[in-house]
Amino acid sequence: MTLDEFKSAADALRSDGPAQVAAAATLDAWTEVRNHLVGRTSGRLSELMTALGTLPKEDRREAGQQANAVKQELEALLDARHAELARAQQQGPAIDRTMPGRASWQGTVHPVSLVIDEVVEIFRELGFTIALGPEAEHAWYNFGALNFPADHPAMDLHDTLYLDELVLRTHTSPVQVRTLQQYPPPIRILAPGNVYRADPFDASHAPMFAQVEGLVVDEGITFADLKATLTRFANLFFGETKTRFRPSYFPFTEPSAEMDVLCGVCRGGGCPVCKQSGWVEILGSGMVHPAVLENAGLDSERYTGWAFGMGPARTAMARHGIPDIRILYDSDVRFLEQFAR
Amino acid sequence: MNLSHEWLKAFVPHTLAAEQVRDLLTAHVATVESFERLRADLAPFVVARVVESQKVPDTKLSFNKVDDGSGELLDVVCGAPVVNVGSVYPFARTGTPMPAGFTIEKKKIRGFTSNGMLCSARELGLGEDHEGILELTTDAAPGTPLLDVLPLGDVRLVLDVLPNRPDLLSHAGVARELSVLTGVAPRGLYDAMLPPEAGSDARGAPSGGVPRDPRETSSGGAIVRLEDPEGCPQYLGAVIRGITVAPSPAWLRERVEAAGVRSINNVVDVTNAILHGLGQPMHAFDLDRLAEQTIVIRRARAGEKMRTLDGVERALTPEMTMIADARQSIAVAGVMGGEDSEVTDTTTNLLLEVAYFDPRRTRQTRRALGLSTDASYRFERGIDPAGLADAMRVAVAMITAVAGGRQGGGIMGVGFEPMPRQAVALRPWRVTAVLGAEVSRADIARYLRGVGFALADGADGALSVTPPSWRHDVTREVDLIEEVARLHGYDKLPDTIHAYRPTTVPDHPLFVASRRVRDVLVAAGLAEVRPMPFVKGDDASHWRVTNPLAEDEPHLRVSVLESLARRAEYNLSRMHGDIRLFEVGSVFLGKGHGHGVVRGAGELAEEVRVGVVIMGARYPRHFADGAQPAMDAWDAKGLAERTARAAFPGAAIGIEPADESALWSITANGRAVGTVSRVTLDAPVWASPAFGMEITLGAMPVAYVAKPGESTHAGVGPAVAPPAPAVRYVPLPTTPAAVFDLALLVRDDLSAAEVERVLRTSGGDTLESLVLFDEFRGAGVPDGMRSLAWRLTFRHPERTLRDKEIDGRRSQLLKSLENQLGVKPRTA
Repeated sequence: MTLDEFKSAADALRSDGPAQVAAAATLDAWTEVRNHLVGRTSGRLSELMTALGTLPKEDRREAGQQANAVKQELEALLDARHAELARAQQQGPAIDRTMPGRASWQGTVHPVSLVIDEVVEIFRELGFTIALGPEAEHAWYNFGALNFPADHPAMDLHDTLYLDELVLRTHTSPVQVRTLQQYPPPIRILAPGNVYRADPFDASHAPMFAQVEGLVVDEGITFADLKATLTRFANLFFGETKTRFRPSYFPFTEPSAEMDVLCGVCRGGGCPVCKQSGWVEILGSGMVHPAVLENAGLDSERYTGWAFGMGPARTAMARHGIPDIRILYDSDVRFLEQFAR
Repeated sequence: MNLSHEWLKAFVPHTLAAEQVRDLLTAHVATVESFERLRADLAPFVVARVVESQKVPDTKLSFNKVDDGSGELLDVVCGAPVVNVGSVYPFARTGTPMPAGFTIEKKKIRGFTSNGMLCSARELGLGEDHEGILELTTDAAPGTPLLDVLPLGDVRLVLDVLPNRPDLLSHAGVARELSVLTGVAPRGLYDAMLPPEAGSDARGAPSGGVPRDPRETSSGGAIVRLEDPEGCPQYLGAVIRGITVAPSPAWLRERVEAAGVRSINNVVDVTNAILHGLGQPMHAFDLDRLAEQTIVIRRARAGEKMRTLDGVERALTPEMTMIADARQSIAVAGVMGGEDSEVTDTTTNLLLEVAYFDPRRTRQTRRALGLSTDASYRFERGIDPAGLADAMRVAVAMITAVAGGRQGGGIMGVGFEPMPRQAVALRPWRVTAVLGAEVSRADIARYLRGVGFALADGADGALSVTPPSWRHDVTREVDLIEEVARLHGYDKLPDTIHAYRPTTVPDHPLFVASRRVRDVLVAAGLAEVRPMPFVKGDDASHWRVTNPLAEDEPHLRVSVLESLARRAEYNLSRMHGDIRLFEVGSVFLGKGHGHGVVRGAGELAEEVRVGVVIMGARYPRHFADGAQPAMDAWDAKGLAERTARAAFPGAAIGIEPADESALWSITANGRAVGTVSRVTLDAPVWASPAFGMEITLGAMPVAYVAKPGESTHAGVGPAVAPPAPAVRYVPLPTTPAAVFDLALLVRDDLSAAEVERVLRTSGGDTLESLVLFDEFRGAGVPDGMRSLAWRLTFRHPERTLRDKEIDGRRSQLLKSLENQLGVKPRTA
């Protein structure tokens, strides 16, 4: 074989090889084409390589370079084609892959329950367990035991729905007294539940809503524990924030305090959401009034405690941007499905 | 409570900005809910100087060149008779909204362009009777905001006063707190209530008590008689003669308006100033309209009627305390005056009333009349019983200052002086024990004295603290500790986390169960709802709310499904038919029946239940599957089984065909716990059938835990609930299974459960599982029968079953079925 013959054979391989690679429609066909072109034993390239040895010594360098270039070119084409065919095999027969996947129904937890869950989880970390009490309650547990003065304007804050001798509890605080009567200190409980008020149903009021109560009673419990625990809660619940405690009044706590956190919108700068105050009210709290401990049969000199109560619906509305509280009760499936996780 | 920043400064001459006052009050006293600059509408107005002025011939108008600080002189037409060149006036640029409601626009007047308006006091809402424009005495440069020049910047602070602190329902009461918080001494009440421009001789503080006659007294030509000392423990009267009723001077009008009250006339405004300034509601009667110039404090007579100031004729009852003259009632004590004795423009002689009305009586009366007023609001919360004489003296000084006239005689007093307050012991170490921080004895004393408490040394190192007459809320040591805490500042108290002892209270089992069922139902694709438990119901089977909010839903539900059905209908009415809802909530039993269980009549029994309603497509529609079948009773039964297992872990769950209305009854360890049922809905024709399930998780006892003042523990630790039974591992098979199917012809009156029972008993030890996989009626199956097919799996734990054994077992099963039930295999 002369150098010219060698060159024309190599050129021929270079010109018809790519079309053969492209024509391989399956992985098996590809293997055949590869063996035919660059196969070690019988491929056309190996034939060229064998012929290389027959060329005159001075021509071998040039011919070898050309053969190598053809080899690299073909191998690159073969690799690319292989990858293409492998991908096609992975994807199976041609389908319209823009069409939707098969779904299943998504269960959802009510947004108010989501808030309660989070509060529960945080207080569990802080050593609290969960206590419950009835929604139809004795007036004594709802008012008397909690140091409400009889026939006093303090009662105006609790417009009550009555059931013969019972009431629909106006807050979860009766669970405080029930728990204290049933279990000895140390007490660390959280009491989520529904409460009732004779409030007309409008965009911001509902006659029934959820509340979460917390109670700690033991020896040596102080207002510092209240501040520390609730501040910890606020930081775990809202992310890093600041708390502010303001004087307030609940018949069953003294001293009483409202806790605010930095407004999530303006972070304290003042905006319409927080009525320019920079703070948003989160919960009411206070040291358990000694009269409450006494009403539950505890020694109010030996034991002290603190308690808090919060309304998860308000938090849920703020968090999710729900403008009207009635949406929480409508139970529209299209609303509930928005809370799928 | 609306507070005027300026008026507070008249009581305590501090130098704080209104924002600082807001923050101090919120941190130490009561929350300032809103903060409002009263004349924010004047913010766009500026000071402008008139540089040139010429009369427009044949008109009252003048054409002026005005410097408003913009660097360019503006042409302004003015309608005022006098415009002084070189003087400065309030100026409204074009685009400025005026207090009267219109906006200043550029316009042509008599051929002259006018770019703004020089304003009179009336146009700025600063006075009524000013004709000319308001010339300002100021060195301020043109363009300076008007509010920076005129002292118009009063701020209204709205204080959220809670029911325990009626002493904060006045400027004087709030000022007392500001005084201790700022260290600035308060001024005397005369000085605080009568600014220098009032021109009153009364300065400093009023002093001296008023002697009381228990029943009757007279002075200045009037008589006061007390017949109901229970409803009115104290009553003071004073006569003023020769007054002129007229509009109030500006200072008085501004004060009452800052407090949110409409200015009426000088006399009424003084009574309102006393109420908002000192917290003492008072009333002024036209003395000449009182029969026999006599005031009688008595109960209303049966059937008595009176027309109150709001023009409403009120029916009175003998439970109400009235102010009457010699003939008839003229005011509802502590609530509202009457039309017949109202002060009018022609009134010249007054009888002033300053009284203490019983809080409870006032509350009952205003409730009975449905009439809440600023006065009743304060009386029912309790005013200062020792503040009457001062309030009357200030009122007399104010009325004579603004309406002229002279006091006729002295102040008349009936009733009794209030009882002195009992001292309360305060142990400084108890302050530390409650607050978690020591507050020094000196600070404690400073705080308490600052807000009116009297301190003395008590026994054993304690302080003996006597509350002031206006603090009805302070009766025990902890009340004093709260005073110390808030005046010291909650934010100054520490907030370090301390170690704690673990609680003795176990998680409530109903909380645990409700979480378990919720997890199962959410995983099954259901949505949790939290509806209200009010239903239409009926008195026979439902508890009725005594004072329901909605007359169409006055009852409490006896079933969660009652609420869920309404929620499903709500969705159907919005054209949404794929509904899967659940709720864990309370039901209220005891009226009539629970679910099949008759309870003690008349005792309310609360239960916590989980309820489910499902209807519509079983899966979301997918193009590859065609139409999805609607959910049916089997979906509900399967869900019931899973839910019951979650609710009662470890218990044997039974879902048995039920009689009556339900499809199945659900049992746990043989005890009925719930039902699966069809749910009847008010549904459109396109809706699929609805199915429901309801399971009782447990009772929520309403009974007392212990008697009031007692507990059930007495030092005994709590019972520990047994742990939930653990799942036992079953070794995985190591031998192959043998499987065959049996297709059987089963009569319609024979249940699949009966057939299964025979299959199980005759299946032997090696029968591993039994799955019903087909039900068929139709071709090849005789009428009155169905074909049921089971797949049976057999396995020996140690060896492979031989074909002969399997064939033998099949024949044996078929024989048992035929012998015991008359069931034959389906051939072909």
